[in-house]
Amino acid sequence: MSGVLHDDYVPTTRAEKWLERRLPVVSLLYGTLMIRTPRNLNWMWVWGIVLMFALIGQIATGVVLAMHYTPHVDMAFASVEHIMRDVNGGFMLRYFHANGASLMFVAVYLHIFRNLYYGSYKTPREVTYIIGILMFVLMMGIAFMGYVLPWGQMSFHGTSVITGLFGAIPFVGEAIQTWLLGAGAVGQPALNRFFSLHFLLPFVLLGLTFVHVWAFHTTGNNNPTGVEVRRSSVDEAKRDTVPFWPYFILKDFYALAVVLAVFFAIVGFMPNYLGHPDNYIPANPLATPSHIVPEWYFLPFYAILRAFTGDVWVVMAVDWITFGIVDAKFFGVLAMFGAIVVMALAPWLDTSLVRSGRYRPMFKWWFWLLAVDFIVLMWVGAQPAEGIYPYIALLGATYWFAYFLVILPLLGVIEKPTAPPASIEADFAAHYDPQTGGTKQFAGSPAE
Amino acid sequence: MSHTEAPQGTRRDFIYYATAGAGAVVTGAAVWPLVNQMNPSADVTALASIRVDVSGVQPGTQLTVLWQGKPVFMRARTPEEIEAARAVDLSELVDPVAENANIAGEAPATDENRALPLPEGSELPAGTWLVQMGVCTHLGCVPLGESGDFGGWFCPCHGSHYDTAGRIRRGPAPRNLPIPVAAFVDATTIELG
Repeated sequence: MSGVLHDDYVPTTRAEKWLERRLPVVSLLYGTLMIRTPRNLNWMWVWGIVLMFALIGQIATGVVLAMHYTPHVDMAFASVEHIMRDVNGGFMLRYFHANGASLMFVAVYLHIFRNLYYGSYKTPREVTYIIGILMFVLMMGIAFMGYVLPWGQMSFHGTSVITGLFGAIPFVGEAIQTWLLGAGAVGQPALNRFFSLHFLLPFVLLGLTFVHVWAFHTTGNNNPTGVEVRRSSVDEAKRDTVPFWPYFILKDFYALAVVLAVFFAIVGFMPNYLGHPDNYIPANPLATPSHIVPEWYFLPFYAILRAFTGDVWVVMAVDWITFGIVDAKFFGVLAMFGAIVVMALAPWLDTSLVRSGRYRPMFKWWFWLLAVDFIVLMWVGAQPAEGIYPYIALLGATYWFAYFLVILPLLGVIEKPTAPPASIEADFAAHYDPQTGGTKQFAGSPAE
Repeated sequence: MSHTEAPQGTRRDFIYYATAGAGAVVTGAAVWPLVNQMNPSADVTALASIRVDVSGVQPGTQLTVLWQGKPVFMRARTPEEIEAARAVDLSELVDPVAENANIAGEAPATDENRALPLPEGSELPAGTWLVQMGVCTHLGCVPLGESGDFGGWFCPCHGSHYDTAGRIRRGPAPRNLPIPVAAFVDATTIELG
């Protein structure tokens, strides 16, 4: 692969040479594992490996759960209880799978916010970023369809609400909704197809994972300084990087072990903490649970969906301009999907030439405000849509859009960044004393 | 390209376009059944009509039945509820259309246009029966009866308030609760569909 200069694999034994001429799989593996990785990657660079591990875990547990699950409206709930009570170790497998979804979202949100802070989305890594956003959207679809399968109250009415989003599209919405559900309402056709897709799509996600990795292996990793690895000679590149194997893979595995310790504690001691008790009530089309909320990982976007009600002036203005085609309901749906679209456009909205937020004094504040905004939206999404909560949601949703559409483009023009280091090697040396390979003159904690 | 000075495309160009066109048509024809199978199947689309015995429903109570996969609210309203609904001025309504499948065209959303006509010889006050879909017009939750700021229905999902005639008054829902095709077939039986 191109990108950072490195030593190529050279087959030595006769067997290796024989295989290499026919299928260069060893050199592909070598190139992937020995990729030169910036030596200054910090702990925020571990979430990719956590995500890959979690995805494989979800596929493994999911395939075996499918051996015991029945996608039928009369039997789905009972078959999940059968898994919980009768299948050998079934309760454990299901709890791994249900909480595994939460693990993936924790990791993906940290992964995304790391990327936003260090400017990993900027040129030349736009394709890696866009594929990542596609994976995030696909992941949300998979998680949503998986949540339908136990056919509890939240499953059923959550499905009504989410498929209702498509019904809000003008003119063709109702036809799309009927097509998605296979009926006028949520029922057997919907459950059956969601099961089929919930089984299939994770493999598509796995395929995209390889494309995602391929893309950033082509450009090389970003790093906390945002300064590119020097590429004028192999020797120079080597001084900015270390091979992924064994250096970063061991760091990744250590981080994974810590994350999994927390994960196992949650699975073992509080497996239902992140779920809703209402989903242990069999689905009843005649009664909606009094307080319907999606899973925690959808809450920020759910809050944005609910934020734009008919009495917000922007909504009224758009309604008037479009002759009522974009009403409050459709506006909310557009806002929810738009929140992800504006994020996907970050590489083209961010005008700053400095990549890492570390050297952008004004950007830092706005970024952390976005992180807080995300948490606030998550919290307010779980609150009932009354009292002060809709106003908080509106404020939070407005900031989300303002960050990407106004602040990122403007900051590049008005901000005066501090000077990034000349190279990764120089930055690394300045932070570590001579004993650990640096040139730092005084003891004490690193400046950053 | 050819050596002749042909101003239009060559035979080779034509073959490319024809092949690409045929390929697109064949691909579309092959994909369409895969898309169309997701539309409602014959048994789902078969318009089922059901008859519901409402003899046990007292004024001030509601019977909820499942019809075509969706809940239908059948409420025998109290005189106070009817009066409250009829006192509303039409200009206050979010959705001024009756949304009644039994009335052709866009009738105004008066309470009279939404209530179910009573059977012959009924002694109940006019407008007692209100039969409507129990599906919030926002995102399809089932509203709760006898609640909300207008004494009618309240959707717990996103806070839509409906009045005692099932008309949307406040919240994100855009339309009144729709009224399905329904009629009394005898003194105590309502046919849906």
